[in-house]
Amino acid sequence: MSTTLTINGTAHTVDLPENVPLLWVLRDEIGLTGTKFGCGVAACGACTVHIDGEAVRSCQVALADVWGEVTTIEGVGTPDSLSAVQEAWVEHQVAQCGYCQSGQIMQAAALLAQTPQPTDEDIDIAMQGNLCRCGTYPRIRAAIHTAAAKLTEEG
Amino acid sequence: MSRIGKIARRTFLVGSLAVAGGVAFGIYKLRETPPNPLSPGEGAAALNSFVIVDGDGVTLVAPKAEMGQGVHTTWAALIAEELDVELADVTLIHGPPAKAYFNSSLMAEGLPNKGYDASSFAHMLGEVMGQAGKFLNLQVTGGSTSMTDGYERMRVAGATARETLKEAAAQRLGVSRADLTTEAGQVIAPDGTAIPYAELAMAAAEIDPPHVELRPPSRWRLLGKTQPRVDMLGKATGTAEFAIDVRRESMKFATLRINPKLGGTMISADTSAAEGMPGVEKVIRFENGIAVVARNTWLAIQAAEAAEIEWGAAPYPPEMDGILATLDAAFQAEPNSTLRDDGDADTLPAGATEVTAEYDTPFLAHSTMEPMNATALFTGDALEVWSGNQAPIFTRRVCAEAAGLDEDAVTLHTTLMGGGFGRRGELDFSRYAAMVAREMPDVPVQVTWSREEDMRHDFYRPATKARFRGAVQDGKAVLIDGAIAGPSITQQAMGRWLGLSPGGPDKGHVDGAFNQPYAVPNFRIRGHLADLDVPIGFWRSVGASHNAFYLDSFMDELALAAGRDPLDFRLAHARDAFAPAAAVLERVGEMSGWTGQTAEGIGRGVGFCYAFGTPVAMVIEVADEDGAIRIAKAWIAADLGTALDPGNLEAQMTGGMIYGLSAAVMGEITFSDGEVQQRNFPDYDALRIHTVPETAVAILETNPHMGGAGEPSTPPAAPALANAIFDLTGTRARSLPLNKQFTFVI
Repeated sequence: MSTTLTINGTAHTVDLPENVPLLWVLRDEIGLTGTKFGCGVAACGACTVHIDGEAVRSCQVALADVWGEVTTIEGVGTPDSLSAVQEAWVEHQVAQCGYCQSGQIMQAAALLAQTPQPTDEDIDIAMQGNLCRCGTYPRIRAAIHTAAAKLTEEG
Repeated sequence: MSRIGKIARRTFLVGSLAVAGGVAFGIYKLRETPPNPLSPGEGAAALNSFVIVDGDGVTLVAPKAEMGQGVHTTWAALIAEELDVELADVTLIHGPPAKAYFNSSLMAEGLPNKGYDASSFAHMLGEVMGQAGKFLNLQVTGGSTSMTDGYERMRVAGATARETLKEAAAQRLGVSRADLTTEAGQVIAPDGTAIPYAELAMAAAEIDPPHVELRPPSRWRLLGKTQPRVDMLGKATGTAEFAIDVRRESMKFATLRINPKLGGTMISADTSAAEGMPGVEKVIRFENGIAVVARNTWLAIQAAEAAEIEWGAAPYPPEMDGILATLDAAFQAEPNSTLRDDGDADTLPAGATEVTAEYDTPFLAHSTMEPMNATALFTGDALEVWSGNQAPIFTRRVCAEAAGLDEDAVTLHTTLMGGGFGRRGELDFSRYAAMVAREMPDVPVQVTWSREEDMRHDFYRPATKARFRGAVQDGKAVLIDGAIAGPSITQQAMGRWLGLSPGGPDKGHVDGAFNQPYAVPNFRIRGHLADLDVPIGFWRSVGASHNAFYLDSFMDELALAAGRDPLDFRLAHARDAFAPAAAVLERVGEMSGWTGQTAEGIGRGVGFCYAFGTPVAMVIEVADEDGAIRIAKAWIAADLGTALDPGNLEAQMTGGMIYGLSAAVMGEITFSDGEVQQRNFPDYDALRIHTVPETAVAILETNPHMGGAGEPSTPPAAPALANAIFDLTGTRARSLPLNKQFTFVI
């Protein structure tokens, strides 16, 4: 069955069973490997992407159910053109193994879009679904605060 | 440093130049330098095994597994410091599997001396044993050894390349090498003319490397200062390539379904339904399970789950009571090791107060964020493998065996790793990729394990038990007699790596207990090995991960019996044994404002462990939050001797502690019907952003030996937390995980 998705502003048509989760369409069919597979059961957040700006676990969204435009980590910024959140991640040297960080950044970007000046409690609530086995949480928190300040400055 | 050590290092230094004469201990052959594995292309020169210069600039080789610990950055900084290049201007590669990249420190870590009190003889022996790493093909990243392995060798590699490039410039310009300087990848002539290294490389490759002197730390530009990680930009943009991200033209995606009764065979399988499912290309049968090759990973996983399979039994007892009975039985047998036996541990000193306690800790999974996976392409007479692994030479060997090829026919690419923690030192995930690829000639196949397959087919941190008897008198410990029972990781892992299981005392089994820097007149630690075939492996900090909980919890119990403050009590015993141990305890006391008194609803505990050459002290503060325990604050002090990258060390100390706290609070793998009962993160979770403590870290540099960074902060986490909970609740925790006994904020 042929389905067309808009991903990072580009239309992609895939011919796949409708129940294939968006995660695997991105990774194995389209080759956007920045979005990671961690658990397959929405328990780790590594696969977080945006659909119409909302952070969702792409391992739980069937191809047929994708309701809007998809943004992945590749659509947020590139090494030559970082988004404010990514800049903050680099400034705070957040990543260790780095595997969960695409999902962390996507979740943080969605939080900041909705809550431009998040409190620590806001961060706790928004980010607790994103697992990091290296324990980079303190720097994630610091980077979100820095990104918030930067985004507010930029207006 | 011993003379033998100097000669061995010099042999490495001078590369192809022969050094005359043999040396004692029959290490002459050890002193031959392994061949340079790099064959640079046209117009490029490999100045040694770690530095390549070509028209595009300088490439440095960091043959270490980058699994998050920042090793690529610090390794490159060691070379760049002496080579006079900027980290931002160099390309960094992992390089091929090669003997030149053996780990000179890992063998030394395996020696049965305590480390902190090692005599010069033991250190010399350690260096000679380090050379033996070449023969055992120990190109292994583990044991927190990378910086002790590379600290001198890599600076020498950088300095040698620099001086060789200067010599090439001197010959070209007709001046003395001494009149030249280097800066930012260029040789600078007396008149200010700058010649890029790339222009000198081909001439330099013909020159025998001159003798070099290493710069003193006072002249360091990069080392000792926090460096931006070379992998950070990629990891912040989703462009860093992990093994699971390898993509080749026309590749297929596969998954495994292996017998969950670990080590058992597959009796029968009906795969007809699986074969008919959408996107499925092929079902491959192994003696212990199946692989499904499909158009994408998810379709492969669906089909694998649809197969009807009858599994054979595992070679270990199917239920926990039977498994744990092997530990109880081990206590009854002769000890495998008595690596500490000071004074008379059989006799209770007259007038002393006796303290006894029994402890236990569970099996643990590594649970890396990136599930096990590897990619392979078999073309009949060659095999190419992409794998995030901690042991490239062993990995290449098992892939060659699986494909029926010589090792020379196998090309192995070692990628970035989405967590390792010891799990990626195993060879299984790479071997399975080679086995699948062999059945799919000329098709690149990525074999990805589902999270469930990953969690249920680990090489687990073993469950162990401990029995301690001690005594206190006049405010001091006068007796510690500990026995630890568990299966031997060393014997299992060496069997998998080398095909042999060394006899003799297993140091790893008692690490973190026998070698703790406490001066106690009667002090004995015995290790008892259990006969148990559950697959076990190296888990971040290995034996110290459980033994620090045992010994340091017992220290807390002794302090209580002695009527002393737990921090003062540890200090009183550490001062006479190892000054850096006392230094980190004192520092963590200052940082936390330790008074020995805590307010109502607050508990504080101290934890300490000396592991991988680094003493780490920790204070943890817990708070009662409506009847649930919150881990509120943590302070860590660690003494690494030389802090090569303070910012990265802060990250490693914090992350290592969180890894240890996660296990202490909720980590447990159990078996029923021979199968692991935990399947995915909801059953085997870890601390999250809202449950980790606010943490402060101090890095000290008084340790006379450089210590490791990736593991030493994991062991003290569990005892520090348990001791804090005792302070809060008055209930002593002697069994992990703690959430079986206490309620935590979740």
